Amino acid sequence: MKICRHGDELEIFDLDPFLAELLRQIPASANPEGAPAAEQRLFSAPADASEKEICTEWKLYVEPELRRLFRSATETVAADLAQLNGKEEFFENCILRIPTLHADAWLNALNQARLVIAARCNFTDGELCDHYRSPIGSRRDLSLFQVNFYGLLQEFILRELSGGPERNSD
Amino acid sequence: MSQSERSLSSMRVLDEKANPLTVEDPALEEETRGEEELDVPWQVVVHNDPVNLMTYVTIVFQRVFGYPREKAERHMLEVHHKGRSILWSGMRERAELYVQQLHGYLLLATIEKVG
Repeated sequence: MKICRHGDELEIFDLDPFLAELLRQIPASANPEGAPAAEQRLFSAPADASEKEICTEWKLYVEPELRRLFRSATETVAADLAQLNGKEEFFENCILRIPTLHADAWLNALNQARLVIAARCNFTDGELCDHYRSPIGSRRDLSLFQVNFYGLLQEFILRELSGGPERNSD
Repeated sequence: MSQSERSLSSMRVLDEKANPLTVEDPALEEETRGEEELDVPWQVVVHNDPVNLMTYVTIVFQRVFGYPREKAERHMLEVHHKGRSILWSGMRERAELYVQQLHGYLLLATIEKVG
């Protein structure tokens, strides 16, 4: 897989089916449904529980706004990922083009997905810092790989947003 | 009786002496927060999170607080090494707004009373 920037677009190409599938799983992975720990992490308390008024108002007024924001980000990413639909047979010739205007939505959705996966799997700090863990031998290893892969994408997008050099990265 | 209610009351007495045809008593809205509470400074605290990338956290601090990169990095490293960093302190409403923005970026942030 290679990533580069061309003008106002980020391009991901030379995709293999495995990484393409991980990309397609971003919106679904960002969904905290059925995982209270993930829900709690995405919608964490704004203050200590003793600050009841603040916490109640937050639930009532702010949390719905955050839900809308997060949903909007995953919908944008899902729409971009639709470029991969029907191209399962020849991913290596497929280029995923992400408008730089969508970069914030991608950062947000990738972050949601990473946080939800980490909360669902209850990864330890040690596991999350072990970026060289391999090979993938279990569902848990795969989830950790997914968290790291999404983190790599975030790093690339951040580098491009902060005016990084225009170059390819494998 | 609060200070503002006392002031209004004394104004009414003075007014009645000067001119008995006064306007109706103003309807006083009940304050939801005490004056003391509003005066207390609050601080925005960001807590450590092993998932969020350090580069991401730095950029969020730059965006939300308008901090230069070096200052944002100092706070990010403080969060990373000490578990938390105080990013801002001041009035409660603004602190709440900052925390809302930080939550929008999925950072673990809270507001606390100073001291």
